[in-house]
Amino acid sequence: MSPLDRLTVAVVGSGPAACYAAEELLSTRGLDVQVNMFERLLAPWGLARYGVAPDHLATREVISTFQRTAARPGFRLHLNVEVGTDITHSQLMDQHHAVLYAHGCAASRSLDLPGEQIPGSHPVRDFVGWYNGHPDHVDHSFDLSHERAVVIGNGNVALDVARILTSRRDRLWSTDIAAHALDVLAGSNVREVIVLGRRGLADAAFTTAELIGLQNLRDVDISVEGLSGDDDSGEGQEYGQGLRGAPAINAHKASLLRQLSGRDGTAPRRIVLRFLTSPAAILGDHRVAGLRVVRNELRRDSSGRAVAESTGETDVIDAGLVLQSVGYRGVQLAGLPFDDQKAVVPNDAGRVLSASGGQAFEPGTYVAGWIKRGPSGVMGTNKACARQTVAAVLADHAAGALQAPDVGGSSLADALSGSDVVDSSGWGKIDARELSLGREQGRPRVKLVERAEMLRTARS
Amino acid sequence: MPHVITQNCCNDAACVSACPVDCIHPGPGEADYAHTEMLYIDPVTCIDCGACVDVCPVDAIAPDFALTPAMRPFEELNRLWFGSAR
Repeated sequence: MSPLDRLTVAVVGSGPAACYAAEELLSTRGLDVQVNMFERLLAPWGLARYGVAPDHLATREVISTFQRTAARPGFRLHLNVEVGTDITHSQLMDQHHAVLYAHGCAASRSLDLPGEQIPGSHPVRDFVGWYNGHPDHVDHSFDLSHERAVVIGNGNVALDVARILTSRRDRLWSTDIAAHALDVLAGSNVREVIVLGRRGLADAAFTTAELIGLQNLRDVDISVEGLSGDDDSGEGQEYGQGLRGAPAINAHKASLLRQLSGRDGTAPRRIVLRFLTSPAAILGDHRVAGLRVVRNELRRDSSGRAVAESTGETDVIDAGLVLQSVGYRGVQLAGLPFDDQKAVVPNDAGRVLSASGGQAFEPGTYVAGWIKRGPSGVMGTNKACARQTVAAVLADHAAGALQAPDVGGSSLADALSGSDVVDSSGWGKIDARELSLGREQGRPRVKLVERAEMLRTARS
Repeated sequence: MPHVITQNCCNDAACVSACPVDCIHPGPGEADYAHTEMLYIDPVTCIDCGACVDVCPVDAIAPDFALTPAMRPFEELNRLWFGSAR
């Protein structure tokens, strides 16, 4: 067997990008590939488990694809191992031909609004992590005693949050939302969620598909506010005029939104998509009492793009909860170069560029997913992204550019001897326990959320 | 009687490679892929073989006769990507 017939790769992270990369590596024909996947938490699948909204159960089903990858010969899962703390980059390099980082974005972007520190103002990530049972977020508490909540930003995550906040208990019961969140939401007083977008219809960040999904909700009215009379943000073209591709979809989306403008319903709860409005300050003394907002108008910049410009006209929205949903941000990992401006690991098609600058590469080091290209795209976008990175790994391996692991030296087990590693069989026990709790309660799954309980279950 | 891609589309494009008549767009090889909200089936070209249904990891695809009321609006959305004149 030639040394080039074998390839061992460490994959850091276990979310969609990591899993797609593992699948791409392990399905390579004519090559004996070993993948060691490292995950900081006690459960794999990253945002597929902890990001996808609990009422999007079909989307969550992508996990069965990842489970098939994890069942492939050559795949090993190492949960409860934090790269940079429990094992270093150079230890991983000693044990593998290559290290592929797909650890995503661990921080939130923020608008740095005055009043952000007031209790009742949170990054949306904390709320999403809380209702999805993410161990880092289960201890947050959210005050849902006020009848109104505001979400700043109008991407799909903002719509997820608006839906969860306006869902009745029986609807949430049929999801895999964390039990503690279900209890708190069941006693919620929230009756209206306002989703703020600073620009107009054409720049609504949520997708048309999610807007249609929102309109399909029962017991929740959807209304659109804040459009100006001369709002031409639908590109000035009415849909149905023979447009194709993205312009046709965007025109359709604008048309759906216009139909919702100013609509008043009779449902007990409502979601308001408010456009041309920017947050100025979060108000309140000991807890959030509201949000001061500024009304914008659209102006065309020199390249013809619509930009939001403040009119100076302000307004106060009474609310008890303000969630900022303005995007995620990558953070630097020890031993890995980082572009602070773009908040990604600098790379060329997945090959990590050397910290010293120029076009030199970090040997054997690769990235995929959000930490490679920034936090955009939907889940499956990571498949093509991971495929591009794996193509680079395979090409470098075939060219003999990757250093083989040092088989005579210490082993991966030695390097991890100080860590409390949970493997696939330990995870299998947690997974089985969650499904069995779900069956008992007539729910799809009841997540284990406490580290100690997860560890105990994995070791049972 | 074409198939239709609905709300759950995750853009993983497994359907694009599975389609024998190349009627699902934009695929990863096309310029629009990086920014598209979802993928769409050309109702004129689709031969209703169902190959895409089998490979979709999130059950986003259904034949038009099996669309639920909640999925019905996606029929128009799929058609729109390819031009309303068709």
